[in-house]
Amino acid sequence: MSGPTRREMLLLGATAMLPVPVAAQEAPRRGGALTVHFATEQRILNPSLQASTGVYIVGGKIQEALLDLDAQGNPVGVLAESWESAPDGLTHTFRLRRGVTWHDGKPFTSADVQFTAMEMWKKILNYGTTLQQFLTEVQTPDPHTAVFKYEKPMPQGLLLRALPDLGYISPKHVFETGDIRQNPANTAPIGTGPFKFVQYERGQFIIADRNPNYWRDNMPYLDRVVWRVVSDRAAAAAQLESGQLLFSPYSSLAIADLQRLGRDPRFEATTRGNEGNVRTNTLEFNFRNPVLADIRVRKAIAHSLNVPFFIENFLGPFAKPGTGPIPSVSTDYYPTEPMPQYGYDVALANRLLDEAGQRRGAGGVRFSVRLLPAPWGEDIALWATFIQQSLQQVGIRVEIVRNDAAGFLRSVYNDWNFDLASGWHQYRSDPAVSTTVWYRSGSPRGAPWTNQWGWKDDRIDGIIDAAATEVDPVKRKALYADFVRAVQTELPLWMPIEQIFVSVFNRRVRNAGNNPRWASSTWHDTWLAS
Amino acid sequence: MRVLRLALRRLAASLPTLVLILVGLFLLLQLAPGDTVDALMAQMGGGDQALAEELRRFYGLDVGIAAQLGRYLMRLVTLDLGFSSIYGKPVATVILERLPATLLLMVSALSFAFFFGLVLGVVAARRVNKWPDTLISTLGLVFYATPSFWFGLMAIVLFSVYLQWLPAGGFGDITQNLTGIAAVLDIARYLVLPTLTLGLIFLAIYLRIMRASMLEVLSLDFVRTARAKGLSETRVVARHVLRNAMLPMVTLIGLQAGTMLGGSVVVESVFALPGLGRLAYESVVQRDLNTLLGIAFISAVLVICINFLVDILYARLDPRISAES
Repeated sequence: MSGPTRREMLLLGATAMLPVPVAAQEAPRRGGALTVHFATEQRILNPSLQASTGVYIVGGKIQEALLDLDAQGNPVGVLAESWESAPDGLTHTFRLRRGVTWHDGKPFTSADVQFTAMEMWKKILNYGTTLQQFLTEVQTPDPHTAVFKYEKPMPQGLLLRALPDLGYISPKHVFETGDIRQNPANTAPIGTGPFKFVQYERGQFIIADRNPNYWRDNMPYLDRVVWRVVSDRAAAAAQLESGQLLFSPYSSLAIADLQRLGRDPRFEATTRGNEGNVRTNTLEFNFRNPVLADIRVRKAIAHSLNVPFFIENFLGPFAKPGTGPIPSVSTDYYPTEPMPQYGYDVALANRLLDEAGQRRGAGGVRFSVRLLPAPWGEDIALWATFIQQSLQQVGIRVEIVRNDAAGFLRSVYNDWNFDLASGWHQYRSDPAVSTTVWYRSGSPRGAPWTNQWGWKDDRIDGIIDAAATEVDPVKRKALYADFVRAVQTELPLWMPIEQIFVSVFNRRVRNAGNNPRWASSTWHDTWLAS
Repeated sequence: MRVLRLALRRLAASLPTLVLILVGLFLLLQLAPGDTVDALMAQMGGGDQALAEELRRFYGLDVGIAAQLGRYLMRLVTLDLGFSSIYGKPVATVILERLPATLLLMVSALSFAFFFGLVLGVVAARRVNKWPDTLISTLGLVFYATPSFWFGLMAIVLFSVYLQWLPAGGFGDITQNLTGIAAVLDIARYLVLPTLTLGLIFLAIYLRIMRASMLEVLSLDFVRTARAKGLSETRVVARHVLRNAMLPMVTLIGLQAGTMLGGSVVVESVFALPGLGRLAYESVVQRDLNTLLGIAFISAVLVICINFLVDILYARLDPRISAES
């Protein structure tokens, strides 16, 4: 799978047409400051407590995880040197790297891993609390070994896929006293990473300097990393052009600017380095509305939307039609056989609606619905307008209700005050981490990005639970294929567009995007050409 | 002594307004769906329900609205603005950090607008209906009609991207550590474009007011007397007309100080300046009630102070006013 996808990505990034300097063949240069676009300020910078790209982009250079992903997307050790799992999936042993010190000079040991796993990942870290719910203890037979014990089988693949994002370690000696949430180190992080935290001026910038005692010899190459807070998209594009910013991660610019800068020889706009951060655009149905509870209506809505047309005209080269909840970049779990799809077919849509008893009334209108688009991302706003206009043609009147972030989450996932909603499903390495919660019943009311549709399917719940604890990778993949087939048939929500985040690099930045979660990773080998 | 009494009376009169503003804002924000924990969840990209409930307790959102408001007002009596949920610091500290940039931008933009508005207004009035007047008035109209974000972005494109004369945004060079006079000059360089952008719109208003006010005063009897005395035209304008024509300008400054405090969100965002406007915007989006109320409180106090100064200035410009108070 990875072959064609990667080739496609290169083409997508329009890089194939331009001479790309092959960084690996140049001698890396020491020195320089990398200036990074920081679009949305976060409350904390500690990736052991908050799993989000906005935290990784800063905290991921200062603190390190047990594992990261290599260029091919396979787990590679960072603070862990090697690992082994018992066949029953109940015990996972990590051998830790020796000679690593925290930025304050204290040695890094298995006690830090134990403390972070039990007190942070299991209790506070979003997604971590779900991933580690069956973790009972972390044993530390010696300072360089951490043994994770589970009460239910934890598939090794799931754990290794999840740890690059959900496996950041914090220093026990800093956090063990007082309230973890209020620890000052959450905004002035202390880690083992290649860059040491220096200063955080809210609303302006964050500075981290080279860690001279970093455990990888002669690294990092950069002297300094500066994150500049720029909330205005157009202003950020101008700062890239004027050279004040050298890198803008995670599609933080306007779509038009991404395309424009991609054509400029000074820059590279590419999905390379973000393959691990894929998202799908959703269309969520509220089953409490009896009209939408009818599967014929949901299918008719899907058939009314010309997804390839929308992508070509609005999103450009950085998106492609989606085929289901597990995106095509997921090499381990993307189903190999074709799954039920809903192509553009207005005649079929009209017929399905007629069959469902939704006849056209006055003015050709069958019924009206309220669509709530999430406020993150220009693509969602465009997609909402496209849905509105497309559904008008089959006689469904759509009223778009816009909210800000807090308002959207509250209205959709807590108050259930919507008919249709649309946002992003962000795929996080493994379906059990990020995806099945959108379908599994029993999620408490108010939990965002979970099944709050008023829909329940016992068979699908069963598949989800079986896959989460299945330790055999082959069986696990087959279970997820069953899952995709079932939810594509029932269509409780639809994920018709697949997008990878786009990075914009100044071409002076070398060794950029050389792993699938590069923007979140450590940047120890990144350097700046003169 | 009389000034002090006036100040105290002013303060007493504005206290009820202040409380009304704060309570109103508090209730208004309750109407927006979602709270600061929802905003945090949006930022985190998800989290489970137990976590959300714990966070609501942590931020003091687990009690009713009336209790929250009560708690807030009780704290305010002791001049405690509370704790910011986005920044994890006392609100007073957060605001103090942002105040210098806002004040610097506001003072420089107001001074720019006031000075050039005055000069251009006088020039236009003295050459009324001739080409300088037409040119100045047309320019004023263009400045006034152009949205400030567009102005800002175009200024960035021209001066930062093409000419590379000035930085595109930020508040000082952070890749090197400057001190003393070099640091001051550095910040000044970063403030040129935002000041121009914010100032141009106000400039347009000032020059039109100044022009109208000059024309009105020029037609009064005492100006004819001054001319009849044989004074030169320059002396008439500088000594007799200008001072009287200034009154509406001073009124405007008092009114616009408030607008500028809140109205610079756009300019601050475009130029990535760490000001109060952006802080307020962020607080609304993140539902950080304490910070938002704190900003409203500080802004209201600032506006009251500025208007008080304006009142004193009136008295200096026109002695008849102080005689009445």
